Amino acid sequence: MKRELFTVVVGCGRVGSILANRLSKKGHPVVVIDRYDSTFKDLSAEFSGFRLEGDATQLAVLRQARLDRASVFIATTHKDNVNLMVAQIAKKIFSVPTVMARVFDPKRESLYRSLGIETICPTCLAAEMFLNALGESDSLDGEEMP
Amino acid sequence: MKVIIVGGGKTLYFLTKSFTDKGYEVVVVNRDHEECVQMARQLKALVIEGDGSDPQVLREAGALGANAVLAITPNDQDNLVICQVAALQCGVPRILAKANDPDNAEVFQRLGVPAFSTTQIIGNLIQERASMDEVMNLLPVGEGRVNVTEVVLTSASQVAGKHLRDIRLPENALVAVVIRDGHAMVPRGDNQMLPGDKVILITLPENHGTVLKSFTGEQQ
Repeated sequence: MKRELFTVVVGCGRVGSILANRLSKKGHPVVVIDRYDSTFKDLSAEFSGFRLEGDATQLAVLRQARLDRASVFIATTHKDNVNLMVAQIAKKIFSVPTVMARVFDPKRESLYRSLGIETICPTCLAAEMFLNALGESDSLDGEEMP
Repeated sequence: MKVIIVGGGKTLYFLTKSFTDKGYEVVVVNRDHEECVQMARQLKALVIEGDGSDPQVLREAGALGANAVLAITPNDQDNLVICQVAALQCGVPRILAKANDPDNAEVFQRLGVPAFSTTQIIGNLIQERASMDEVMNLLPVGEGRVNVTEVVLTSASQVAGKHLRDIRLPENALVAVVIRDGHAMVPRGDNQMLPGDKVILITLPENHGTVLKSFTGEQQ
């Protein structure tokens, strides 16, 4: 039997809604949190998880999302600092086993990786892919970003 | 003493003013251009326009040589990250964040960032003033392990008329200051406590209640 991953996704923008839709379709229980319920329109008809309207930087909202039971936490809002804050709370206060945050600013990414938060930096990834396409990539691990 | 304050509004303005009056070197960081221009005109502080959670901006503000960074923006996530960047990337020895959501004061502490909530402080003050008119808790210090309390003595108070040496205080309690007719003094054994005196007490949470009772005249 496949493992069920109770996942909490913060931010129901383009990335957040894709994640929520896919994970839900694969049968994982999902809670999506967004400040505006209008964003939930991007969830597909197959999405069978929970929608939670609220500000994830408020502890009460994260409690309501049952973070204490989550196995995966993904922060995808368009604000780096929001993602970094809620990811730290998920990891340090709710002890969620897998915590990931989207961080646009490469300068901030390294700091939070050092704090044990797994970060995904679309800026670095895009730059890397452009370089790859040009055959100019010398990526070992994307070092030397400004 | 060099302090960097990130934020804006009246709190920042008056805080900066009181710090510069004390002779501190203050650098203000704010994202809004208009507000920066205005503050630069009104304050004796260096004003930097930029995102205070950006390590480069903090370095530009002189974080490498700063004694303290204070983050008082209206956004909790920014205050947390500003303090973490300051401490972890710039090595600033003292950081302090404002928690706009009172819950976050404790959350930030647990994430290693000292924080305070003005809502909580004001709420506590109001509650205490409302519950006991003659008592005012001034501030908890030492992370809440020490209370500084102001009490106005009435004739009903057990200690009124007594000399300080005759007042039995539990261990770890102190009558720090007596304010009479607007004059403050540090009392000694031969000073008498009089009704109308404002007394500043230093207590610990475990003896706070006992001490307070003997000064307020509350019967029990």
